[in-house]
Amino acid sequence: MPEPRGSLVDRHVGFVHALRAAGVPVSVAEGLDAAGAMRVIELADRESLRAAYAATLVKKPAYRPGFDVLFDLWFPASTTGLAAVRTDSRIDPATAELKELREHLAGLLTSSTDQELREFAQAMVERFGRQEAGPGRQNWFSYSVMRALSPETLMASILRNVLQGRERGGLAEKTVRQQVNTGIRRFEDAVATDVRRRIAEESGIERIARSAVRPPLDQIDFLRITKADLARLRREVYPLARRLAARLTIKHRKGRRGRLDFRKTMRASLQSGGVPLTTHFKPPRPHKPELVILCDTSDSVSSFAHFTLLLTYALREQFTKVRAFGFVDTVDEITRFFLPGSDVVEAMTRLANEADMVRFGRTNYGHSLERFAERYADALGPKTSLLILGDARSNYQPPALDVLKSLVSRTRSAYWLNPEPRQQWDTGDSVASEYGTVVPMSECRNVSQLTAFIETLA
Amino acid sequence: MFDSPADVTERLAAVDYLSDDAISTSVFLAAALGKPLLVEGPAGVGKTQLAKAVAMTTGAELIRLQCYEGLDEARALYEWNYKKQLLRIQATSDDDDIFTEEFLLERPLLKAIRADGPTVLLIDETDKADVEVEGLLLELLSDFQVTIPELGTIAATRRPYVVLTSNATRELSEALKRRCLYLHIEYPTPERERDIVLAQVPGLRAELAEQLARTVATLRALELKKAPSVAETVDWANTLLALGREELDEATVAGTLGVVLKHASDHERAAKELGLPDA
Repeated sequence: MPEPRGSLVDRHVGFVHALRAAGVPVSVAEGLDAAGAMRVIELADRESLRAAYAATLVKKPAYRPGFDVLFDLWFPASTTGLAAVRTDSRIDPATAELKELREHLAGLLTSSTDQELREFAQAMVERFGRQEAGPGRQNWFSYSVMRALSPETLMASILRNVLQGRERGGLAEKTVRQQVNTGIRRFEDAVATDVRRRIAEESGIERIARSAVRPPLDQIDFLRITKADLARLRREVYPLARRLAARLTIKHRKGRRGRLDFRKTMRASLQSGGVPLTTHFKPPRPHKPELVILCDTSDSVSSFAHFTLLLTYALREQFTKVRAFGFVDTVDEITRFFLPGSDVVEAMTRLANEADMVRFGRTNYGHSLERFAERYADALGPKTSLLILGDARSNYQPPALDVLKSLVSRTRSAYWLNPEPRQQWDTGDSVASEYGTVVPMSECRNVSQLTAFIETLA
Repeated sequence: MFDSPADVTERLAAVDYLSDDAISTSVFLAAALGKPLLVEGPAGVGKTQLAKAVAMTTGAELIRLQCYEGLDEARALYEWNYKKQLLRIQATSDDDDIFTEEFLLERPLLKAIRADGPTVLLIDETDKADVEVEGLLLELLSDFQVTIPELGTIAATRRPYVVLTSNATRELSEALKRRCLYLHIEYPTPERERDIVLAQVPGLRAELAEQLARTVATLRALELKKAPSVAETVDWANTLLALGREELDEATVAGTLGVVLKHASDHERAAKELGLPDA
């Protein structure tokens, strides 16, 4: 495949293709919009170009990180390397002692423009990031840059400088820490970006582009989620819970406008000589959806469980009446940990320590369902929606289908969300299809599938 | 409307709206390409304010459609004045045409389409409206026209500058997004927030504004239920000014935290993480 080094049009087309390959849906019309934007903005201004592409092509924040990586590859910053640090003439990045470089970095971490930070990062990659990979070829690495400068170890001296004897451990320190941590992350990003650029120059943009872009947040598998992703997911889950609550409510409300308000209608008709032109209705009585959540909190689905607990917590805030139950091989009510207004992080910790969900530590759906029917069957009623979250893997124990059937028959509606890919259902100890015959089961591995599920409820 | 993104930055700053590269470029492109601009982001980062600032700096009339659940055509687009129509029928015996301009009640969308002067149409909190309203908007946003069965199609005499805002409580449809330019406004960097505070609260010392912006950034980094918005930072600045505080120390923060944090659990969390004394 030829390198997209030719005209601007080639580069534009290559960029759009790479975005699509990375999972950003760019329609033809949007590609044309972007091309149109190119005609009216100053192409030499790189940030303006980036903003123009973002405005026309990226319509969802989840796609933004991937977009930025690809943009930096297709439209790299000026490739000046060592000569770049002009903003501060006091040090020469090519020859300066490590100590001086670290001092300079410490200064940049507390206050710097993007430009200064980027230029310094480029110079540092040039100096520390290179490793010979054979005659005439070289590899570039960010970790060697980070190891040489180790920005994390700068914190102590920065704090000493900035606080200057003020009390430690308080607000001032916290604020500086936050500021420096943000600075370190920006520096890391700048280094990683420059390393990618150099690799792209050596071996071609397409090759690096494929491995450099992580999937967008809403397509990350719940079962393979990292801690950092979870924090960001939390923000995505709240609106979804609100939406789910609204969906379950609206469904009930449609087609019911409330009863005719006779007095109000007659009063209004006086204006038009006794003809009741405008009819007034009493506001419909609000429907109070009730929700019972049953979630698998075993280790095999621990990341998913973490997510489902988040969802539970968010739903708890939206619904008037939510009862949540966690199970591994026996079941316990966990509603009490999620009081509205309580702190979610704390609730999770308490939950892990106090709830009684584990007897032998191996998931047993059948046993859990039986216990649930015994102890908490009164939680279900004709107004209740039942939401089961789990992978339906029961360690070859009897599934207790009849129990589930009788439970479901008492509810208004029931749904099952399964975090495993559909292909893996019914393999090994999974009894997904059997449960699926009783409760409609949906694959729910990421936020976009959860969103889709909520939309189908309407 | 605008010459360049830099021109946008300058003119918005003149009406006290401090923009950044992304905002200026998007605002400029929306004008240059004649496309609606969809602005998303957390509550209180200045999405609505942006539309107001654009209207102010271009001398355009601002027409605002506030969306909510249950918003319908009659409230968004147009309505027939039934009472007047009925009275006309009763008053005159001849079969007068009662579907004319005279009986048409203009609602924000139609008003924006028919306006002669420059107009900024703000469709606020689009995500709050039902999906059907999006359908209603599609014709307007792609062709800048609306169709009234009894009167025919009314095309815009002069294209309004359209800004849609959304808090992203639900995903807007692909069709709608495709027709719009997209701008995601995040919380500003501490540097920009300091400048915003200084622009909004004259009389505040620059140093205190800096401290304020940094502290708010720290608060936002905590896992809070509701992170402080820019508007709340400005409120905080005003509070400090009113109280005559010169320094943002622990006691001051603890005493005035209610201005920026609106949940009891957020208060507890902030107090614990920042080591504040009991207020």
